[in-house]
Amino acid sequence: MAFSDLFRRRKDEPDLDTGAAQAPVYSTKVLAKFIAGLSGRSSPVLLDLGSVTGSNVTFFGERLGCKIIVEDLSKDIDRAVNQKTVGELPAHFAKRFNQEDASVDGVLCWDLFDYLDKHSAAALASQIVRLLKPDGVVLAFFNTHEPKEPAPAIYTKHVVVDQASLQYRPYPAARGKQRPFQNRDIQRMFEPLRITEQFLLKSHMREVLFLKEAAAAADA
Amino acid sequence: MWKRDEAVKPASQPTPAAPAVSSVQPGAPVGLPAEPRRIERDLVNIGKSVVIKGELSGSEDLTIEGHVEGKIELKDHLLTIGPNGRIKAQVFAKTVIVLGEVTGNISASEKVEIRDGGSVDGDIVSPRVAIAEGAHFRGSVDMQKKSVSAATSAQASSSAKPTPTPAPAPAAQAAVAH
Repeated sequence: MAFSDLFRRRKDEPDLDTGAAQAPVYSTKVLAKFIAGLSGRSSPVLLDLGSVTGSNVTFFGERLGCKIIVEDLSKDIDRAVNQKTVGELPAHFAKRFNQEDASVDGVLCWDLFDYLDKHSAAALASQIVRLLKPDGVVLAFFNTHEPKEPAPAIYTKHVVVDQASLQYRPYPAARGKQRPFQNRDIQRMFEPLRITEQFLLKSHMREVLFLKEAAAAADA
Repeated sequence: MWKRDEAVKPASQPTPAAPAVSSVQPGAPVGLPAEPRRIERDLVNIGKSVVIKGELSGSEDLTIEGHVEGKIELKDHLLTIGPNGRIKAQVFAKTVIVLGEVTGNISASEKVEIRDGGSVDGDIVSPRVAIAEGAHFRGSVDMQKKSVSAATSAQASSSAKPTPTPAPAPAAQAAVAH
């Protein structure tokens, strides 16, 4: 099988993700590194914290052989905002994941952290660190600019087009992006993970790839 | 020359029988007239008002619009959960199409589709999975072929064993065999 075949949609399979043609496509630098981080593993377990997307499931599951766990945290955030329990999100995240320690090879956070305050983000990051296997990788996007006031209340579905590009599909959210995290805050949140790749895109998005080094995992 | 052309034509054309054969259903009885397009599948429906608690198994395609709790097994057939269907069960089928709500694990030997408006809370094991925009899904997706066959064989060998995701215990065994 040619490498390009991995990214070709099957002719006999209808694209159930309709209405996606108009959504803009952006380049990504870190996705290919994330995929490379998963390669060589037998049936890697992938945790997707974003909204479920059929073509991503096909891409990671059928073509890359991952077992995918979908935990759409945007719904948790929306529920907390609507019920005015945002302050309880750190406690919620602390008991949200019933997976065992070191059971996940890769985590797709997308831009979820942009919608969280500092405490909630730290609670979620510690859970990600707990779930990640040694040598596991995490992909996360962070906004670098202060959001406009009021911030538009939209999430973004990140749909994999290929290793170098993602389609951004907006959909309604209960609240907009929060204040951006500083680089040092991001590093502290994810300790002892190490940032192995970091790209600042023209779209004011910082793409980050974290790695849980085996030595750090042993220390933890 | 005319006769020679006639003789050559069929050899150069694709075999006309191929599409006809592909449209015949795998379970169709042998010896039916060679008019596959006229063959109509028996469609079995479980209506909106029907509630089944227990084990549901069958050997033909099934559409569920009602409520089912327990276990559904259509090993070599298509199971469609209609828009009004509410399932709390372990599901085993060849192909599963979800337009309603399913709570429980789904194991399909061919494909699982969650259509727009469909909802699945549970783990899916199938070599092919399609999730539409607007569908709800929470759980895991395992598309490894070996996992499907392992899950199917494990299920076949010990169907009485409890499965990881809790499904409500059947109040009454209502086995529907077709």
